[in-house]
Amino acid sequence: MPLYLTDDQMMLRDSARDFMAGEGSIKQQLRHYRDSNCSDGFGHALWKQFGEMGFTGILVDEADGGLGLGHVEVGIVLEEIGRNLTPSPFLMTAVAVVEALRGTALREKWLPGILSGETVATLAVDEGPKHRPETIAMKADRSGNGFRLSGRKQFVVQGASADFFVVAAHSGEGLTLFAVEKDLKGLSVEGVRLADASIGARIEFDNVEVDSDAVLGEVGEGAAILSRMLGAGRVGAASEMVGLGSAAMGMTVEYLRQRKQFGKLIGEFQVLQHRSAHLYSELEIARAATLKAQQLLDEGSEEAEAMISVAKAKTGSVSTLAVQEGVQMHGGIGMTDEYDIGLYMKRDRVLNELFGDPNYHADKLARMKGY
Amino acid sequence: MTDLDAFRQATRAWLEANCPPEMREPMRDESDAVWGGRNPVFKNDAQKKWMDAMASRGWTVPDWPGDYGGGGLSPAETKVVRQEMAAIGARNPLMSFGISMLGPALLKYGTEEQKKLFLPEIARGEIRWCQGYSEPGAGSDLASLQTRCEDKGDHWLVNGQKVWTSYADQADWIFCLVRTDPQAPKHKGISFLLFDMASPGVSTRPILLISGNSPFCETFFDDVQVPKAQLVGELNKGWDVAKYLLGHEREMISGMGLGGNGESLGAALAERLGRDDSGRLADPLLRADLARFDVDSMAFRAMSERFIDELKAGQGHPALPSMMKYAGTELNKDRHELVMAAGGSNALEWESDSSKGGKAAREWLRTKANSIEGGTSEIQLGIVAKHILQLPGA
Ligand SMILES: Cc1cc2nc3c(=O)[nH]c(=O)nc-3n(C[C@H](O)[C@H](O)[C@H](O)COP(=O)(O)OP(=O)(O)OC[C@H]3O[C@@H](n4cnc5c(N)ncnc54)[C@H](O)[C@@H]3O)c2cc1C
Repeated sequence: MPLYLTDDQMMLRDSARDFMAGEGSIKQQLRHYRDSNCSDGFGHALWKQFGEMGFTGILVDEADGGLGLGHVEVGIVLEEIGRNLTPSPFLMTAVAVVEALRGTALREKWLPGILSGETVATLAVDEGPKHRPETIAMKADRSGNGFRLSGRKQFVVQGASADFFVVAAHSGEGLTLFAVEKDLKGLSVEGVRLADASIGARIEFDNVEVDSDAVLGEVGEGAAILSRMLGAGRVGAASEMVGLGSAAMGMTVEYLRQRKQFGKLIGEFQVLQHRSAHLYSELEIARAATLKAQQLLDEGSEEAEAMISVAKAKTGSVSTLAVQEGVQMHGGIGMTDEYDIGLYMKRDRVLNELFGDPNYHADKLARMKGY
Repeated sequence: MTDLDAFRQATRAWLEANCPPEMREPMRDESDAVWGGRNPVFKNDAQKKWMDAMASRGWTVPDWPGDYGGGGLSPAETKVVRQEMAAIGARNPLMSFGISMLGPALLKYGTEEQKKLFLPEIARGEIRWCQGYSEPGAGSDLASLQTRCEDKGDHWLVNGQKVWTSYADQADWIFCLVRTDPQAPKHKGISFLLFDMASPGVSTRPILLISGNSPFCETFFDDVQVPKAQLVGELNKGWDVAKYLLGHEREMISGMGLGGNGESLGAALAERLGRDDSGRLADPLLRADLARFDVDSMAFRAMSERFIDELKAGQGHPALPSMMKYAGTELNKDRHELVMAAGGSNALEWESDSSKGGKAAREWLRTKANSIEGGTSEIQLGIVAKHILQLPGA
C-alpha cells in the first residue's frame, strides 16, 4: 500500500476539514465553552453533529451500523480536530472506547448511542500523574455474581460528562476491563479543568459493585483489549498532534510573512527561516510515521505496536517544537490570550501526556527491541 | 496469480540462481563497492560476475528504457526487484555517479545521440563518471563558478579548476559545469559539458580527508579541447540541467538516513554493551539516547517510503529532495556519534586489526561530509524556506 491517502480518503479529509474549520472552529467551540465555564468542556450539539456526519461510526463495523473504516480514516478526522483544537469526545469515545467494544457483547448496549453522538464514554486507566498502564493497582474483587471495584483513577478525559467508563483493574484472574456506568453507588467523579480548558476527572471507586455482564471480553483477559484500545488512542493522539503542529507552524509562517522589524519582514531573517524549515522537515517525518503506523494497524501487522510508539513519541516532540517555535516567533503577541497560538501550546502539552509521553514511548520501543 | 506476483517469482528465482553467495554478505566498508569503469577494480570474481549478470538484464538500472541499456521495468516491477534483492541481502552490483546523477539528467535533457552513446555504457559499468561542479570560489554559491569554456568553432576550449571532485583520479569521464557567457547574470551563462578525463590538459591532485582516505581531488583544466556535440541541453542553460541533477544527487544522499537496514541501533549495540538484570542496556543515559535515535530512525524510514511513493505517483513538492537530504544526513551523523559513544576507547583505534583498521572512527568522520556534499544542510534549509514555506527574500 503506498504511503499516501487514497482518493476516498482525500474526500473524507476535505469534508472533515470544512466541518472542523467551520462548526468546529476555535471561536465557536474551544473559546465559547472555555469562556462560558462549561463543566463539560465541549458542546453536546457538536457531538451530535459528529454523529450526523458519520464520524462517530468510522471504526464501527458495518454490521453494527457504522462505516467499517480504519485508523487511517480516524487519523484524517483527528488531524482536522487538531488543526482547530476542536473539543469533542471523538478520540476517547469513537476511537478508544469503540476499539475496546469491538467484538464484545456490550456492543449492542452502547454502540447505538455512540453512533448518534448522544453517548459519551471514556477510559479510566492512569492512576498517577504519568501514564503507566503496566503498573495498574486497582482491584476488582469477586462479589456475588459480579465484582467490587476499589481504587482511584485520574486524567480521565471528559470524565465529568461520561455515561460510562472503561476501567482497567486486577481481578484474581488477571487484568480485566469493565464498562462502569456513571451513577453507581460508591463512585465519585470530580471534574478538574486542565490547562487547555478540557475537563479531566479524578475518580474514586469505593467498593463499587458491578455486574459480571459489565466485563469487556473475558475475565482476566483484559490486557489484549487494553493494548488494542491504547494503541488506537495513541496513534489517534499522534494524528491530532500532526494537525495541531501543522496549524501552529502555518500560523507562524504566515506571521513571518507579515510582521516587519528593522525595515524588513521578519521572515527574511535567515535564523528564523532555518528554524522554520527544520520544523517543517520534522513535521513531515512525524506525519509519515503516523500514517505508516495507521496503515500497519489496519493491515493487522505485527509491526504496528512498535510503529505506534514511534508515531506517538515523534509527533509528541515535534508538535512541542511547533508550539514553542510558534510562541517565540510571534514575540509578545504570542503570549496574549487573545491570539490563538498559546491555545495550541496548552493543547499540545495535554496531548503529549495523554497515553504516554515521548519518553514513555521511546522506552517502550527500546523494550520491544530487546534493550 | 497477478502479473506482478508472477514477475516476483521469476525475479526471485533468477536472483537465487545468479547472485553469488559472497554478494549476499553485507559490505564491510566503502572499499567493497564496485564502481566499474575502463579499468575496473574487482576484489574477487563474484563481484564481476554479479555486476555483469545484472547488467546483462539491464537491472543495474531497472527502470531505464531498454534502448538505453536499462531493464525497461515499470515502477511497480522496479520496486519488486529492489525488494527481492533486499530480501536476500544482495549488494548493489554497481555504484555509479552515472546511474544516480548523470543518467537521469541525460534522460531528460540529452539528445537521442547522447542517450544512445552514454547511457548503455553507464548501465554496463564500462565508463565511470565524476562530477565537476564545485570550484575554490564556488561552493554553496555554485552559480558563481568561473571555469571558462570558449567556442573555438569546431570545438570547445576549457580552462579552469574544480575542487572536491570525488574520485576524479579514477574516473573516465566528467560532467562539468562551465561558464560559456561571462557577461550574462551568473545563472544564465553556465553550460553543462561532458568530456573524457584522458583528454590532454586534464590533471588531478588527490586531497586527503580527515578520515585518512583520499576519495576526492583538485581537478585542473588547461586548454582542454572538447567536441561540440558534448554539450548537454541548450547553450547557457546548463543551470537547469545542473539543478535537476542536484535533485537526484540529494535524493541519493538522503538514503544515508536509512543506515542499518532497518535494524534497531540500540538492539545492535546492546549486544556489545551488555544488559542489566532487567534486560535493559546497562548505561541508562546512552540507552535513552539510543531509544530516541531509534524513534527518529524509524520515523525517517517511513518518510523515505512516503517520499518515494509520492514521487512515483507524481505527487509531492519538487523541493522535497532538499528536505530529505537535510533530514537523512543529519540523522546519519547522529547514528555515528552514538556508535562512537557506545564504542568508547575501542572505537578510537585507528589501525589495529581488532578495529578493522579504524572502521568506526573513519566512518564516523566520513559522515561529517554528508551534510556538506551535494549542498550543505544550511543550503537545503534555505531551499525549503524559500520554495516550500515561501518565506520572503530567502
Ligand atoms: C566528501 C565530499 C565530496 C564531494 N564531492 C564533490 C564532487 O564530486 N563534485 C563536486 O563538484 N563537489 C563535491 N563536493 C563539494 C561540495 O558540494 C561543497 O563542499 C559544498 O557545496 C559546500 O561548498 P564549500 O565547501 O565551498 O563551502 P562554503 O560554501 O564555503 O560553506 C561554508 C559554510 O558556510 C555556510 N554557508 C554558505 N552559504 C550560506 C548561506 N547562503 N547561508 C547560510 N550558510 C551558508 C555553509 O552551509 C557552510 O556551513 C564534495 C564535498 C565533500 C565534503
